[in-house]
Amino acid sequence: MQENVTAAPLLDIRGLKTHFATDDGMVRAVDGVDIAIGRGETVGVVGESGCGKTVTAMSVLKLIAMPPGRIVEGQILWQGRDLVPLAGDEMDRVRAKEIAMVFQEPMTSLNPVYTVGEQIAEVIRRHESVSRRAAMDRAVQMLRLVQISNPERRVHDYPHQFSGGMRQRVMIAMALSCDPQLLIADEPTTALDVTIQAQILELLQEMKSRFGMAIMLITHAMGVVAETAQRVVVMYAGKVIEEAPVARLFANPRHPYTQGLIRSIPRIDTGDGPKTRLEAIPGTVPSLLTPPPGCRFAPRCRYAMAICREAPPPLREVEAGHRVACVLG
Amino acid sequence: MAGSIPASASAETSAEIATAARGATRPFSPWLDAWRRFRRHRLAVASLVILAVMIAAILLAPLLWRVAINDIDFSAHLQGPSWPHPFGTDDLGQDVLARMLYGGRISLAVGLCAMVVALVVGTMIGAVAGMSRGWVGPALMWLTDLFLSLPQLPLLLLVIYLFRDTLKAIFGVEGGVFILIVVVIGGLRWMPVARLVRAQFLSLREKEFVEAARALGASKLRQVVRHILPNALGPVIVAGTIDVAAAIIAESTLSFLGLGFPPDVPTWGRILYDAKDYLDIAPYWAIFPGAAIFLTVLSINFIGDGLRDALDPRGVT
Amino acid sequence: MNANAIATAEPLLRVTGLTKNFVIGGGLLARAPDVVHAVDNVSFAIWRGETLGLVGESGSGKSTTGRCVLRLIEPTAGKILFENSDVVQLNSDALRALRRDIQIIFQDPFASLNPRMTVGAIIGEALTIHKLARKRREFTERVVELLEIVGLQSDHMRRYPHEFSGGQRQRIGIARALAVEPKLIVCDEPVSALDVSIQAQVINLLEDLQQKFGLAYLFIAHDLSVVQHISRRVAVMYLGRIVEIASAHDLYASPKHPYTEALLSAVPVTDPEARRQRIVLQGEVPSPMHPPTGCHFHTRCPIRKLPLCSSEIPQLKETSNGHMVACHLRS
Repeated sequence: MQENVTAAPLLDIRGLKTHFATDDGMVRAVDGVDIAIGRGETVGVVGESGCGKTVTAMSVLKLIAMPPGRIVEGQILWQGRDLVPLAGDEMDRVRAKEIAMVFQEPMTSLNPVYTVGEQIAEVIRRHESVSRRAAMDRAVQMLRLVQISNPERRVHDYPHQFSGGMRQRVMIAMALSCDPQLLIADEPTTALDVTIQAQILELLQEMKSRFGMAIMLITHAMGVVAETAQRVVVMYAGKVIEEAPVARLFANPRHPYTQGLIRSIPRIDTGDGPKTRLEAIPGTVPSLLTPPPGCRFAPRCRYAMAICREAPPPLREVEAGHRVACVLG
Repeated sequence: MAGSIPASASAETSAEIATAARGATRPFSPWLDAWRRFRRHRLAVASLVILAVMIAAILLAPLLWRVAINDIDFSAHLQGPSWPHPFGTDDLGQDVLARMLYGGRISLAVGLCAMVVALVVGTMIGAVAGMSRGWVGPALMWLTDLFLSLPQLPLLLLVIYLFRDTLKAIFGVEGGVFILIVVVIGGLRWMPVARLVRAQFLSLREKEFVEAARALGASKLRQVVRHILPNALGPVIVAGTIDVAAAIIAESTLSFLGLGFPPDVPTWGRILYDAKDYLDIAPYWAIFPGAAIFLTVLSINFIGDGLRDALDPRGVT
Repeated sequence: MNANAIATAEPLLRVTGLTKNFVIGGGLLARAPDVVHAVDNVSFAIWRGETLGLVGESGSGKSTTGRCVLRLIEPTAGKILFENSDVVQLNSDALRALRRDIQIIFQDPFASLNPRMTVGAIIGEALTIHKLARKRREFTERVVELLEIVGLQSDHMRRYPHEFSGGQRQRIGIARALAVEPKLIVCDEPVSALDVSIQAQVINLLEDLQQKFGLAYLFIAHDLSVVQHISRRVAVMYLGRIVEIASAHDLYASPKHPYTEALLSAVPVTDPEARRQRIVLQGEVPSPMHPPTGCHFHTRCPIRKLPLCSSEIPQLKETSNGHMVACHLRS
């Protein structure tokens, strides 16, 4: 499974199932997901809306509202210890100190009535017994680290005084302030302009080389994953359908969904030939209330056979480090 | 903060999941959706039932309870509740239940009509203020604030004193007073509605679907009537229910003060006025109409609560 | 693909010197109001049946430009010639008639449809406004026709928007725009809010419709790959000004403006092996309320030469066939 990490994985999600009770029934948002992240590894979790990638990430940190959500089955092993049965305050000690998270919308994740420095300092003081003075100094250091100019002055500013890209830097500073071993980044650049996105991705790489933490990068943008991840996990309708080292995934995608996804992205084409038509995957994502009985992608798959509709195909290893959930794989 | 729970992120995810999962399972309109949400409020549904029963009783009264309301019978005066007179009799021997059923019609009619007046006036003013971009909006709001700072009860009394006789002459005794009271009560309750409607309009007119209507060539009137109003109605309906309750109380107060309908019209407030001098001998005479007012207003308020949650626009999108 | 070949015919839309300023604040007791120069002297043209892409990041003014073309927003200055009549000067009746020629598709599939109207009513509203369908039956037939053109089914007419997915809602929005048989459609980020696989479906649909009905598009987006795919020519905007216009091929193969270069290099590619020299711009986009003097881009420009770049506004000049750049150093 982890060919290049001989030690036990840092985070080992096994058979995770997170379901939501709604008016219309039980929504099986995450339905049997295995993801492992090794020390210092960057894993990209890719999928479109409704695939369950965000719910998976939030389940790791137990940020799902329960009710209506519930972790029905599975284990989330953090350095060998299962997080699922952990109680509130024990979980608090894991959050930020060991696993930190950065969200997509920094404006809604930052409290608008506290200064940025106060918020970073609060995180620090929750996990380490340092004085307010010392925590504020650390906050200034963190802001400098994420390349916010004039950090001594900016530390007293409120979130609305920062632009989108700067707020994301603040979020990253906050996340890294307690030196976590894993950073979960949920669509960290989706709401940002392309040039700012480039800055933030570069910042993440720098922080990674400085702190050596592992990163779980959740996104729907294949390009972002291609550039930053070492390994890629592709999710569809609540399940993992393909997993491979990044180069191999893009060179040779095995699952029809992954293939369709890569082919439907318009490529910047500087050649002189005629423009090719985008290959679109027909249909839409299935309902998570009543998912199809067999392979969840079968209704949209051009290669679907009778056997595909009977039972969901298991994740099999087709070559070293490359697993696919498809009978054709 | 990274270390604490971002309620918005997880709540949003849950909401997104519910919406995404619904897909196209079965077709239903936003109003049906609202009804489903309303049904979940047990208190609101119970109140709706109670109110429905009361209204049915009041409307069907002359068919079911054939006791005259002004059958003066001194031999039966000030009797407690008994089979022939379930709510007892008053000092003139008149049946309290019959009088309440009759008076209830007036009280509710006043409540509903006053609410309609308040809603119509308030919506029109609020709509014009909300749609205007120049000085008209602030001017109307200044007018609204002016009305809000007028002392309601003294004004009520003054207007009644000034106009009661004129209206009685034109519309007859009952009609004249009815119109007066409805206009006066409704006319002093339109301000919160205007403010609410203006706030709704200010936010709705910037919405993309309104812009889309404009792009299609829709006139301003069409934008307001077809697009903005239907989406603004939620909070307005809720305010409306509160208005009915307040109007009933206002009418009762007026009657209690002897300034409402003429003495022989048994509105609930009037019955209270008559009963106030006999509280120690015949408490039931005041308790029943008092309880009726209380129950009606309480039910309406609970219904309003249920409606507020049911019509929350965020739930529709 | 040659921009010149089309240039011989008269353009469908010619925008000259379009400017839009927003005034913020002010009032009786406030200090002097702030002015946001959202669109600053923008000029371009679109020919019949072609797509002009308009790219830029937030604050570039591209959405405002699109809305000004329709006069959904009143321009502060400039001329917008549509088939030889100036949109800016039209009275309200003529403006309403114009709505049959220029339409718009919005970005947010959730906010652009009235949640309390049925899909049939939404799509057919234009028919009612412009009296294009006299009888009930004509109305229904036309709505069904439109639904099928965009790939939806006739029984969707009676449903409400919240019952549909984002991609389907966007199709409803497209059907709504098509109801009047327009000549030009302003597409304001029509696929940005959609999933990648749905994006491809909607882009293909837009291309098919263009082929079928000879539509012209002003395609506004921030996603460069999408824009290059669908456009014949592309204009790049920065802080309210157009900094470069060229055919899609030329712009991406040999960008001339340093901002365009940075923009292109910032786009993540789905090729992990590609080791590119990425140009990472320093700093943030300046506020449109206080734009830099001279060339707006000079504060972040890797090749700037002061004091020229901070004092003089560069004008759009043609460098090669139809390729125009606004840069002192590159034109």
